[in-house]
Amino acid sequence: MTIEDNIQSIKDQFSQFDDWLDKYNYLIELGKELPLIETKNKTEDYLIKGCQSRVWLYPEIKEGKLYFTADSDAVITKGLAALVISVFSGNPPAEIFNAPTDFINEIGLTEHLSPTRSNGLVSMLKQIKLYAFAFQSKI
Amino acid sequence: MNEHINNKLVSYKDKIKAIRKDFPILDIRLDNKPLVYFDNAATTQKPQQVLNAVADYYNTTNSNVHRGVHRLSNQATTLFEEARKTVAEFINAGEAEEIIFTRGTTESINLVAWSFCELFLNQGDEIIVSELDHHSNFVPWQMACKRKKATLKFIPILPSGQLDLNKFEELLSEKTKIVAVGHVSNTLGTINDIESIIELSHRRNIPVFIDGAQSAPHLKIDVKRLDCDFYAFSGHKMYAPMGIGVLYGKKEILQKLIPYQFGGEMVETVGFDDTTFNQLPYKFEAGTPNVGGAVGLEAAIKYINSIDRDFIFEYENLLKDYTSRRLNQIEDLDLLANIENKVGVFSFNVKNQHNYDVGVLLDNFGICVRTGTHCTQPLMQKLNILGTVRASLSFYNTVEEVDFFIESLKKVISILK
Repeated sequence: MTIEDNIQSIKDQFSQFDDWLDKYNYLIELGKELPLIETKNKTEDYLIKGCQSRVWLYPEIKEGKLYFTADSDAVITKGLAALVISVFSGNPPAEIFNAPTDFINEIGLTEHLSPTRSNGLVSMLKQIKLYAFAFQSKI
Repeated sequence: MNEHINNKLVSYKDKIKAIRKDFPILDIRLDNKPLVYFDNAATTQKPQQVLNAVADYYNTTNSNVHRGVHRLSNQATTLFEEARKTVAEFINAGEAEEIIFTRGTTESINLVAWSFCELFLNQGDEIIVSELDHHSNFVPWQMACKRKKATLKFIPILPSGQLDLNKFEELLSEKTKIVAVGHVSNTLGTINDIESIIELSHRRNIPVFIDGAQSAPHLKIDVKRLDCDFYAFSGHKMYAPMGIGVLYGKKEILQKLIPYQFGGEMVETVGFDDTTFNQLPYKFEAGTPNVGGAVGLEAAIKYINSIDRDFIFEYENLLKDYTSRRLNQIEDLDLLANIENKVGVFSFNVKNQHNYDVGVLLDNFGICVRTGTHCTQPLMQKLNILGTVRASLSFYNTVEEVDFFIESLKKVISILK
């Protein structure tokens, strides 16, 4: 699945929900399926700064593809981490770096999520792009 | 007792309904749900009377103050100085010269933390703040201590959320140069016994600075009766616009202090070699002041007075007791500072859930609460928690809003479980 396919799948999934509660329940469920970061990697180095809740994001390169695992102490943030990881993880760094991020606005969640210090969504996306850029130059 | 509270609240229903009509924003809807604004400790909403006063000022009078010779400037100066007198009366200051307009409580604290400490704080001296204090009444003193190689000491809190005054007394010494404490905790809502703090400090001739950001909207402030040396508060937390605040200081102390910002009306004469400074209060008001903000603050004070501060205190107290009772009925809730001697600020956590999740889900019910550390990170470290959900009330809030909040909170808990 390409990043575009993943984005389309997420959009399709969220378009089924009319009620905000269903969106959040789905997000919370996604969080439960999140590929969890190993405890040894759950350190300050992988903590994303600027979140009201804490998010750890760990990158790993395998056979030219970049994979992410993550965790958060808040279930909604954990769901958001699962969402962005499901879109980007397992793709070549260059593709991740160049991929669009505006799909987040289109699934109807951002109006409920403050863009700055609270959920760290912006920080998460920025960190994913930074990792992609760094690993891209290493390949 | 509960019946008495309920009956009283019912009897005030029509009065509150009429008051709410003064606040246009309270009629907005979020996702087609009525707004429930419980973030009043962060900032309060503004009544039409304040909005009109600010608009009228900009529509009819806007001009720079103090030095203009034309009539608009004179009118603006008159309004600005009338606002200063109104503020002085509001807190029962001795003279209008003791009122300095600032951008807000934070700037007021920074002003004193610099100007006072520059003059009176030396290496080895001590400043006392409390574990409860907001970053704004913490960091400026911490930085002053670093600058002067002095030591910052903290009044510890008791499990009730109140300050330990026995420990405070032990902290006071010959080295203590100033005591700076909040009147009301922004995180817990607890009312500190500042009367005792001032009395104990003054016995040793130590001046006291009171951060009144959270008390000015709820309690009657009488700086003469308190005998505090400094008192600071913000306009936007008491129904006035943002960007205007007040520093009250006893005249004899303010006269001694040196200004920390320079330029504008604060200078008297400027030569190539030296500058002399204006008299109080202007020597601390560098640059162009926020005249529109001062006009808005005066309108807010007049509005508060028109409602009657005794009524505000009584109604907010009843609503606080009612909310407290309802919150205490919810299982799985850790309610901090679950005591009576507080204003209507409720800080809590849902067991095993993150405060952020609770806040985001409450927002989807149209309920505005605060989550996180509330700019009191040392307090959170002391309590060993990451943060809380904070619901803070005002006199325009209703029993119905509290009921809706409680029912929504129960739903949020069931969603997160």
